[in-house]
Amino acid sequence: MKFTRRSAITVVVLFVVSYLFYYFFMRKGITYSWHWYDVPKYLFYYGKRFTDEPAPSWHMGALMLGLVLTLKISVVSIIFAIIIGLIVGIARLSDEPITKFISSCYVELIRGTPLLVQIYIIYFFIGTMLRLSAFAAGAAALSIFEGAYVGEIVRAGIQSIHKGQMEAARSLGMSYSQAMRHIILPQALKRIIPPLAGQFISLIKDSSLVSVIALADLTFRAQQAVAQSLNAFEIYFTAAGLYLVMTFTLSMVTQYVERRMAVSD
Amino acid sequence: MIDAQNVYKTFITPDKRKVEALVDFTLHIDRGEVVVIIGPSGSGKSTFLRCINRLEEIDKGKITVDGQDLHAPKANINKIREEIGMVFQHFNLFPHKTVMENVTLAQEVVRRRSKKEAAEIAEALLKKVGILDKKDVYPSQLSGGQQQRVAIARALAMQPKVMLFDEATSALDPEMIGEVLDVMKTLAREGMTMVVVTHEMGFAREVADRVIFMDAGRVVETGTPEHFFTNPEHERTKLFLSQIL
Ligand SMILES: Nc1ncnc2c1ncn2[C@@H]1O[C@H](COP(=O)(O)OP(=O)(O)OP(=O)(O)O)[C@@H](O)[C@H]1O
Ligand SMILES: [Mg+2]
Repeated sequence: MKFTRRSAITVVVLFVVSYLFYYFFMRKGITYSWHWYDVPKYLFYYGKRFTDEPAPSWHMGALMLGLVLTLKISVVSIIFAIIIGLIVGIARLSDEPITKFISSCYVELIRGTPLLVQIYIIYFFIGTMLRLSAFAAGAAALSIFEGAYVGEIVRAGIQSIHKGQMEAARSLGMSYSQAMRHIILPQALKRIIPPLAGQFISLIKDSSLVSVIALADLTFRAQQAVAQSLNAFEIYFTAAGLYLVMTFTLSMVTQYVERRMAVSD
Repeated sequence: MIDAQNVYKTFITPDKRKVEALVDFTLHIDRGEVVVIIGPSGSGKSTFLRCINRLEEIDKGKITVDGQDLHAPKANINKIREEIGMVFQHFNLFPHKTVMENVTLAQEVVRRRSKKEAAEIAEALLKKVGILDKKDVYPSQLSGGQQQRVAIARALAMQPKVMLFDEATSALDPEMIGEVLDVMKTLAREGMTMVVVTHEMGFAREVADRVIFMDAGRVVETGTPEHFFTNPEHERTKLFLSQIL
């Protein structure tokens, strides 16, 4: 790996951050006694989950259970966000004024209001009417929210493909949807992978907001663990680390996919 | 084969100006005829070609291809386009598909041919345009001349009744123009109905049955290549020819 300007900036940032740490914790005399030994049991522990369990065994701790739920809700929401985004992105480019208008309204409405408010509306209002579970309401809110952003990414991706591609496909007798499916979308997809990955990383982080509707995701479990153990720093650092593992993995996977798709360039 | 009657086409530019690209344009092209269209930039040559397969919608008039009215209420434009091959100035090959896939895709998707049948037809055509050895590479690895020959093969694979060429050699380096023109000449001799917009007067002289000179959206003069290159009638034609010859 080359030593670039970016790595120089990284070094400087790391240096400043560690100095601030040192300054506040040591020089300023804030005394905090670390209890890292208290953390592992929130990941995995050996014991009984309930007092009447016959024998002790290994179990996932609170943070791991939260991680699993965060993963689940993120995967479900990513899938629905892609579906919504594809439809909205294509609809926004439609010649049909009503389709165009409705899809534009959706995007503006969703992007113009906070996710937290949307989660409350979907959970308390729509969720109550339709008797949605907290998970369904949370996943719906995330999908609808991220779907609007994915739609904009898809739209920009399609628009970035030269119009000669559509004309060539149509001149061969392909219908609009055949041309979209075989010619335009595959090329657009390649270009939108980086912004899409960024959006999905946001989605994983945004999913922490579903903790407000008592969904036991990673953030929610971390809050509970802090309330119980009072080791706020250790628990929140660990939770942050777990989020980082998820987002970093996603980042690596997209880089791999990008390299794989670069063959025709 | 192609019949355009009193066609009008006006574009509205982004700054709201009206541009009359075709004005009362009438032209009949017979089966097997090779027609070369020449004319100054902006005279409506591309617009006419693009109207023939309805890449542009006309404002007024009527166009029929092989007896089918393009704008009849029941007209299935995709079906009509299957019979009209088009070759673009900038090739417009599908960059994410190999040469072979470029030529087989529409056969499979539109003509519903089996993979095997499509591949056989594609190989025969790639051989014909002299590029079979590159069948598994992506377009970005080909020279301009090679890409344009693939584009011609792609259009021919649909077995169209008409081929439209819009300045097929204008984007090519001079040393590659010949190889593309050779393919086009072969096609012409085989009896393909062709409408060719080009600045290559050698091509017009050699294979055109008829040359059409367009200006400002109208046909100014039409005749055999011989007529054009020996004694053109109109002043406008003379001026144009003196500029490009
Ligand atoms: N999509 C468009 N929007 C606005 N004006 C257009 C559009 N397409 C063509 N025109 C205008 O219509 C006229 C005819 O254009 P056309 O492309 O048919 O000319 P051409 O004879 O093919 O010229 P060239 O030799 O430069 O290709 C020109 O004045 C052009 O600016
Ligand atoms: Mg043109």
